[in-house]
Amino acid sequence: MTAITDRQKLAYANAQAADGRVNIEFETDQGMTLNMGPQHPATHGTLRVIVKLDGEQVIDCEPVMGYMHRGYEKLTEVRTYPQVTTLVNRIDWLGSFANEVPFILAAEKLMDVQAPPRAQWIRTILFELSRLGNVSLFVGDMALHIGAISAAFYALRDREFVLNQIEAATGGRFHPNFDRIGGLKDDLPKGWIADTKACMNKIRDFCDEMETLVEGNEIFQARTRGIGVIPADIALQFGLSGANLRASGIDWDLRRDQPVGLAWNEVDWNVITHPDGDSFARFWVRLQEIRESTSIIDQLLDGLPSGPIMAKVPRIIKVPEGEAWVATENPLGEMGYYVVSKGDLGPFRTKIRTASFNNLSILPWVCRGVLVPDVVTILASLYFILGDIDR
Amino acid sequence: MILGVDLSYWQVSVLRSLGILVAVLLPAGTFVYVFLFKMVSFMQSRLGPMEAGPFGSMQLLAEVGKFLQKEDIVPERADRRLFKLAPYFVVGTVLLVYLAVPFGPDMYFANLKGGVFYILAVSSISSLGVLMAGWSSANKYALIGGLRAAGQLIAYELPLVLAVVGVIIQAGTMNLSEIVSAQAGGSIFGFDGIGNPYLLTQFIAFGIFMIAVQAELGQTPFDMPIAESELVTGYITEYSGLRFLLFFIGEFASAGAFAAVAATLFLGGWAVPAAWADLNSNWFNLFGPLIMLVKMMILGGLIFFVRFTFPRFREDQLQKLAWTVLIPISLVNILATTILKVAF
Repeated sequence: MTAITDRQKLAYANAQAADGRVNIEFETDQGMTLNMGPQHPATHGTLRVIVKLDGEQVIDCEPVMGYMHRGYEKLTEVRTYPQVTTLVNRIDWLGSFANEVPFILAAEKLMDVQAPPRAQWIRTILFELSRLGNVSLFVGDMALHIGAISAAFYALRDREFVLNQIEAATGGRFHPNFDRIGGLKDDLPKGWIADTKACMNKIRDFCDEMETLVEGNEIFQARTRGIGVIPADIALQFGLSGANLRASGIDWDLRRDQPVGLAWNEVDWNVITHPDGDSFARFWVRLQEIRESTSIIDQLLDGLPSGPIMAKVPRIIKVPEGEAWVATENPLGEMGYYVVSKGDLGPFRTKIRTASFNNLSILPWVCRGVLVPDVVTILASLYFILGDIDR
Repeated sequence: MILGVDLSYWQVSVLRSLGILVAVLLPAGTFVYVFLFKMVSFMQSRLGPMEAGPFGSMQLLAEVGKFLQKEDIVPERADRRLFKLAPYFVVGTVLLVYLAVPFGPDMYFANLKGGVFYILAVSSISSLGVLMAGWSSANKYALIGGLRAAGQLIAYELPLVLAVVGVIIQAGTMNLSEIVSAQAGGSIFGFDGIGNPYLLTQFIAFGIFMIAVQAELGQTPFDMPIAESELVTGYITEYSGLRFLLFFIGEFASAGAFAAVAATLFLGGWAVPAAWADLNSNWFNLFGPLIMLVKMMILGGLIFFVRFTFPRFREDQLQKLAWTVLIPISLVNILATTILKVAF
């Protein structure tokens, strides 16, 4: 056995004290404290939600994050720019490619490089594919949390088609690591376009299936309608983004409102909003966005320009001094990178803005007064990925 | 006289005691394999267990072997005695329920005069076991699960009883054997070709009974006591090894027991729906259990099909459903049955 150093002892004592502080705060009042997590089926990861209960009614609730903190912001400082994409792949592990894009775009902005049109279009296609891979799992996951087991399997089954397409194009199912400064690693393989179109049809069938199986189910509606209502002004105050914001009736989508050079403006699509702001609205918005994404991908595949997929960039990438902020509409919401460069091989400092972290911050506000089963509904409908919270 | 063999009283008693073990374990095992392992797998586009035995049919034995090897853990702050006792209550209830169910003219364990009354009374004992497990585990999830089970009891027990009242009025007896012969020898508005399976004349009661059974068993639209996405696994959270296995057997055996009760009350029990069949024939002692098993499988299929399809209600929604929908409908059903019974 290795000897425990004083430093480790101190760290342990500090952790205990921090743990105790959270608990004492809740235990001194009357009521029962329920510790949901860090290991709990509804938190799909290591999120801890401390819920103070009166019977089954939630009086207060507090999310405790950081059990999976991996220090990516710090790690980027000791990596070169091309190496960073490997790291940031793992932030939102269900929509990995979408994590790479804003970082690469920020680096390109600093270097004043423009990827050729074909690369931008393929980037957009892969971006939307990773959105499909991410959000289609959400649909099954939400049903699972409400108690319907089978829907989760249908989601896993149909997500496989999307993952196969991502794998065929990039070589990686979950972590493509495909985006390069100035373009892409490779061109699309032969026959990929037809396969992807067939895959989009399957995903649309999946949407139909989910609309009848889950969305149309009376029990599902009874469990989600009017649960966890977030009014538009509160949503803005807490800095929500993505589908959570659009479900509160705010027409805001970075794909349309903040063009970063990708090909969304070239095709015809709609931003989906829902006025209710409850759990059902969040589910509905995401399900409709899957449909919208399939139509975006179909149109992009039809109009894919020819040409090179890589701009002229030096062999060894040195990014000139400066600062850049690029944010995109990722599957979970607004994700942005603030990159500070001092002219080295790697970034001097990177700030990663992830959607889940802000989306989850509304949990104490929205959970007050609901019942324990509704906490699970709300957690599922806010939809977070633990890697995206803790990064 | 069973199957032409003269048996003395003690021999019959021993056979019946062994028979009840078969009656509990055989349907439970069949349910687990056919529904939990295979039907759900096909519903979810996967194959299910395929390695142990042909088509994974020995998987259940492997699972039992696994559970027997596991350590029997009792949490430090648990109420040890209650914690260890609770699973036996759940399994014991199933044995008690089967006691009154007939499987043939002479194939019964006890021919009780108030069989229906008895079954409805003893079936609630399992909730006591659940409450004990929830309280003694010294775990907050288990506690909430146990209390939910107790709250659920009040909601579904009343519709269950009221649904059965319709059948009792129509049959004019509470003895399950007599209910079976009443169905086989009955007539639907003068037509007596298929007897009178109460499924056809008491279909409202059947629907309410099956919904209430779903709640009694804690299957999915009403599985709030377990609610694996909210309460981990509710009252079973702290159990492991043999005691978990007992809860597991209890769950599926009681599904079998209630399928048997529903088959007896609504599908004609061990008899076939044919007026020409001689119910006192000795052949029914042989084929009665098989006919029962087929009917139980049909009802079990219904129970588990619903379980793997629907999302879960909330506790208050179940109460609302029970008090505002199920109980009024079953009262109306009783009234209608009474009027028709007097009129015809």
